[in-house]
Amino acid sequence: MKVDPTFPRPVFDGDSTPFWEGLKQHELLIQQCKDCEQYIFYPRSICPHCFSESVSFVPAQGSGVIYSYTVVHRAFGPFAKETPFVIGLIDLREGVRMMARIQGPREAVAIGKAVRVAYHDVDDELTLPAFELV
Amino acid sequence: MSSERIAAIVGVAESDLGETPGKTVLQLQAQAAKAALEDAGFEKGDVDALFTAGNWAWSPNLMLAEYLGIQPKFTDGTNIGGSSFEAHLGHAVAGIRAGLFDVALITYGSTQRTDRLRQRLSPYVTLSEQYERSFGLPTPVGAYALAAMRHMHQYGTTSEQLAEIAVATRKWATMNEKAMMREPIEIADVLSSRWIAEPLHLLDCCLVTDGGGAVVVASKAAAARAKKAPVWVLGHGETHTHNTISNMPDLTVTGARESGKRAFEMAGVTHSEIDVAEIYDSFTITVLLTLEALGFCKPGEGGAFVSGQRTAPGGDFPMNTNGGGLSYCHPGMYGIFLLIEATRQLRGECGPRQVEHARLALVNGTGGVLSSTSTAILGRD
Ligand SMILES: [Zn+2]
Repeated sequence: MKVDPTFPRPVFDGDSTPFWEGLKQHELLIQQCKDCEQYIFYPRSICPHCFSESVSFVPAQGSGVIYSYTVVHRAFGPFAKETPFVIGLIDLREGVRMMARIQGPREAVAIGKAVRVAYHDVDDELTLPAFELV
Repeated sequence: MSSERIAAIVGVAESDLGETPGKTVLQLQAQAAKAALEDAGFEKGDVDALFTAGNWAWSPNLMLAEYLGIQPKFTDGTNIGGSSFEAHLGHAVAGIRAGLFDVALITYGSTQRTDRLRQRLSPYVTLSEQYERSFGLPTPVGAYALAAMRHMHQYGTTSEQLAEIAVATRKWATMNEKAMMREPIEIADVLSSRWIAEPLHLLDCCLVTDGGGAVVVASKAAAARAKKAPVWVLGHGETHTHNTISNMPDLTVTGARESGKRAFEMAGVTHSEIDVAEIYDSFTITVLLTLEALGFCKPGEGGAFVSGQRTAPGGDFPMNTNGGGLSYCHPGMYGIFLLIEATRQLRGECGPRQVEHARLALVNGTGGVLSSTSTAILGRD
């Protein structure tokens, strides 16, 4: 696959590498704090709820609901030619929120609708999470 | 009004606005700073504290101070986006209260329209923004669209209600010769302008302009030497709630709920006493959410609150009286212009757009993607 060289790529780092490596294997990993048991996204070295450093990656169930969404009509760089497209904020069942594209017919997209994770393989190095209506 | 008179705005000015080809951000700030000091009746030598924010240098304070020939004894480069300058004002009052300095200069400058910087995307996304940028959401408008969509879902807010804000703000702009967009518009014009990110249309979005501004803040003692009557800083509050829109706790509630509460408490005034409001209007939804968060109406009632052109000239809630970021100018970080207009209104300098008998003004900056807010309450004697 040939990807636009201007595509904004995440730089895998000490927090994010397990998340991105998991996505390559089509697995959605979030974190959980061993002390307060709350789930955490995005990944970090310290729990933002209780400041514990005992945080570890766990597989997410992969289902959630649409908290909000927008249909993008004007985009920049490599995204300009993809409009219109739908981006949502998804509340996962574990109680964390993440941004992703929502796949499927845009007329069917609505706040509160159930979605489940899908995987968009950008190329061999990068897989992005996406969500599809269930 | 129960607040002490600690510090006042004594000088304000804009630089050239709109499109300023050939001008640098340093030139625009020098022009505004000189004019604001003249407005105060002060000289460069009076300035002992410097505040600025921008991303045009690794340290804007160092570069600007060197360019202007100022060696400050207090320096603050707080950058929380478009609300930075209301934060600077609060910090200046705190420093003056602590006895650290007497006269502060706050500046801003941008050549973003001429530079066309906004459309450049970095091919690499680092740290905690890497979980959002690869999806192609245009920043910042896409984030505000997500908030607007949520508000509509939760409360039934309509595009017509958002359009009321754009239309009212344009009416004020027709009375400001410095405003870039001065042709009256109607609600139908907003609704028929093209989609940018649903539910926001083009006319729900602020302008992209060049421009700069400056504000001079003085201690009570120094203000007594100023040319014009002081505009007292009666109350201030600031906060930030998130950096990325996925991490905003509730997309319908901004930090203005906290920063506004503190500003009102410090000033010792009530909502009904505010004569004029200058509310950051990066997008129409920014205003609606801010009015609710500040407590001018209840959560979910922002749409009804702005209906019937309530914020327009002649309405009972005069707001964004310079024409706002929607119609006057918006050089990226607009907050300094809110302070400039509020000061002029309280001085009675606004000519055809003057709000009669304006004694108390509320200013609320919003920065990032609804990330930061800073509220100030200003009043004249
Ligand atoms: Zn914890």
